Amino acid sequence: MVFIAPALIGLVAFYIVPTFRGLYLSFTDYSILGDPEWVGMKNYQAIAKDPMFWNSLWVTVEYVVINIVLQTSIALGLALLMHNVAKSILVRGALLLPYLMANVIAALLWFWMLDYQIGIVNQVIEWLGLPRVAFFGSQIWAIPTQALINTWRNMGYTALLIFAGLQAIPGSLYEAASLDGSSPGQTFRKITLPLLRPVLALVLVMTVTGSFQVFDTVAVTTQGGPINATRVLQYLIFQRAFNEQDFGYGSAIAVILFLILMVVAVIQMKFLRGNESDLD
Amino acid sequence: MTEFASQRRRRFRWRLVLAWTAVGLAIAISILPFYWVLRTALSTNGSLAANSANLLPADFSLGAFKRVFGLQTTAEAIAAGGSGASINFWGYLLNSMLFATLTTAGAVFFSSMAAYAFSRLRWKGRDKVFALFLGTILVPPIFTALPNFLLVRNLGLLNTMAGLVLPYIFMTPFAIFFMRQFFLNMSREVEEAAMLDGARHWRIFFQVVLPNAAAPLATLALLTFMGQWNEYFWPLLVGSDDSSRVLTVGLSVFKSQSPQGAPDWSGLMAATLVSALPVLILFAAFGKRIVNSIGFNGTK
Repeated sequence: MVFIAPALIGLVAFYIVPTFRGLYLSFTDYSILGDPEWVGMKNYQAIAKDPMFWNSLWVTVEYVVINIVLQTSIALGLALLMHNVAKSILVRGALLLPYLMANVIAALLWFWMLDYQIGIVNQVIEWLGLPRVAFFGSQIWAIPTQALINTWRNMGYTALLIFAGLQAIPGSLYEAASLDGSSPGQTFRKITLPLLRPVLALVLVMTVTGSFQVFDTVAVTTQGGPINATRVLQYLIFQRAFNEQDFGYGSAIAVILFLILMVVAVIQMKFLRGNESDLD
Repeated sequence: MTEFASQRRRRFRWRLVLAWTAVGLAIAISILPFYWVLRTALSTNGSLAANSANLLPADFSLGAFKRVFGLQTTAEAIAAGGSGASINFWGYLLNSMLFATLTTAGAVFFSSMAAYAFSRLRWKGRDKVFALFLGTILVPPIFTALPNFLLVRNLGLLNTMAGLVLPYIFMTPFAIFFMRQFFLNMSREVEEAAMLDGARHWRIFFQVVLPNAAAPLATLALLTFMGQWNEYFWPLLVGSDDSSRVLTVGLSVFKSQSPQGAPDWSGLMAATLVSALPVLILFAAFGKRIVNSIGFNGTK
């Protein structure tokens, strides 16, 4: 059992124990200094009445929804193109490049390109005769901008996942469909989409759970602002726990985030029956 | 019939043009920002505003890179639009290297050992323990990060390299999953031959299994290294002072340290580029391997 000993230490010390400790902390009053003090449901009751929490939840959901719609549809389109037209691995490599960059780098890069005064994107917008956009400075644009940065970074990766799913569909099915006189649209709806379902389910779960935990780009660019427009859940947890030294409260929000992710994942897998394939 | 065929061919050609336009657009959106970073890094801050849409560097200069590596005096840096604050870029670079290398080496090695036990050895409760490992993928990192921070603090390891690497060095669930998948599909013959010779599991693992797994090990090491290089949240919590800061954390400090008024854009972009460089080099060298590994990530 020497083989699993190190991994087991890691599992117990940094995953299992912290999970229970986090749960315990959420029922305590704990300011990092001193000892945690058991307060029962107090943190959760306070959260239920905290407008800041509800704002964070709303803002995060907005971010998640934009990401799902944009990222999944763009990635599906790109995957079909890579499968049918642009088959070179160079295309795949080029599209994957942004994903290999740190979130921090993606955020800084777009922070510069989307700058209100001298960013190239606003130059182009003005050149097109449109008014400049305060991408990070306006309350309306701040969250869509964060979502766009994330979509830019992840679309190639997501497209590659779907592409791998497309590659797994046997070519004989397409041949049979075309012999039967099926139009490209019909083939896509009747063969491609249904057989892609497990992969799409997985991609959706990954996009949603990943987006719910957005932090890096927000921390580097808007830091929750303007006002509270980008104070997403994980940023709120970070602030409550570390800036305001209220670990119990922060842990309680983390528990809620955890529960949301579990429920969303279960619903998605059930709804899309992501764990079974039609190919067998 | 010929008219019908040519009509179809024309429609086909238009579709192809449209498809390639879309591909070209996606590639441009993915790659052009990197050119813009380079172009800005080679520009002079004072000239950026006046030439904000010029495709070439505005007033070409290597000053931004000099600023990043601390080769400019404070007065020079301030005159060039920098913050003048000293940024320990070399130190952050070294920390990033150490952090990514140590966690990758540890996680890949220990995870392979565990994966071997989960795939090729038979023992009681094996599948249950594996399910436990797999289950951790469901726990969001933020949830364990708070208690892990407390643990590292109680161990007195805040702002040390040991504190930074500890949660990653023993294993990552993905690494175990990845290597197990490979070991499951490996042929048993060589292993059995060694077993007949009376070799112990330990020797078989080192002399037979690991050498045979060189390719997936390399892929896993690449993916883990790049992931760790890009890590931000945990290093932000644990490595917040100057001596333990990694590049991702240092970069955001670089941004907030710039004085009021105009940020030091060219300096920031030069720093960003240098931070991205190791990953870019790895991608240039092993691009094919990385691209081909992605399907595995998700579907199997």
